Amino acid sequence: MPLRVALVAGLAAMVGTSLAQTSTEEGIAQYREALQGGNPAELWEARGEDLWKQPAGPSKTSLERCDLGLGPGMVKGAYAQLPRYFADADRVMDLETRLVWCRVKLQGMSEADAKKNPFGAGNDHKSDLEALVAYVTSESRGVKMNVPLAHPKEREMYALGQRMFFYRGGTHDFACATCHGDTGKRIRLQDLPNLTTIEGAQKAYTTWPAYRVSQGELRSFEWRLNDCFRQQRFPELAYTSDAAIALTTFLARNANGAAYDGPAIKR
Amino acid sequence: MADPMKIRANLVGDSTEVKVLMAHEMETGQRKDAQGKTIPAWHITNVTATHNGKPVLAAQWGPAVAKNPFLSFKFKGGAKGEKVQITWVDNRGDTRTDEATIA
Repeated sequence: MPLRVALVAGLAAMVGTSLAQTSTEEGIAQYREALQGGNPAELWEARGEDLWKQPAGPSKTSLERCDLGLGPGMVKGAYAQLPRYFADADRVMDLETRLVWCRVKLQGMSEADAKKNPFGAGNDHKSDLEALVAYVTSESRGVKMNVPLAHPKEREMYALGQRMFFYRGGTHDFACATCHGDTGKRIRLQDLPNLTTIEGAQKAYTTWPAYRVSQGELRSFEWRLNDCFRQQRFPELAYTSDAAIALTTFLARNANGAAYDGPAIKR
Repeated sequence: MADPMKIRANLVGDSTEVKVLMAHEMETGQRKDAQGKTIPAWHITNVTATHNGKPVLAAQWGPAVAKNPFLSFKFKGGAKGEKVQITWVDNRGDTRTDEATIA
């Protein structure tokens, strides 16, 4: 009798799964949807807002006068226009680089202190930078991506980023384009966006930064690039380096026209 | 001191829908660190929700609940402007209480 019960139950389960799993992608989509209601990225956004508004560093100033490209203190929509050229620094900067710059110039931190702990690791090593990134990006939710290429240095960065994207190297002779240049590719269960198409670039760029459920951390865009470099067996991508900014400029510009939709949530 | 919760409470029809995000490590006690030492369990054990001081939810949680948990529930009644209060207690005796206004 117990056996029969088990068989019936087994059969029911099989029917259930075949109906529910019409495709793996659909299953993943359902999982993503279930996660959508409560995105822990909000916890980072809240902490980042506090960090933004609280006086800190040797000069005991807040970041509220930090100019993210739209004027001092303008946070709303700023991320949708980054990276861009900043005349005061005479450099194209992405969000992370600009945050470090403001921490140095406004808060009086040393460059090393301002860059410390860029990627958080658990409760004891929370990253202030990732929290700040979460806050600033959340203030651009719904804003159309509009990364400028007006300044010659911005165009230079874009061209450099484009070259890097297609540049093959490392022990595996990999380029970014090796994984992100075709439609329908996957790493295990992860769909890889085709970043050479407009839709692919838009969908990918507008959903970073993101809360990674598997890591329990909010991850910034530089983290994303850094980890791609690791997977390619490239040399480590230096935080806030021109290389990181160039690649970000290339990818951000290609997402122009789409509404920014982060910080998102990913597996 | 633990980070604050994010609480949203909205009136939907005749019931109140509450969504809570808690910041907590939720360490299971099953994992080992790089030195091979067991990382001690550290997770929320009890969650309670009250509406105008009256309990509407009491839950016992264990290590199976994910890090930075998200809790969503509904209760009958509630009116705009009234308060919903959430409290969690973890196995270290740490506790946090936050409040939201029903919108």
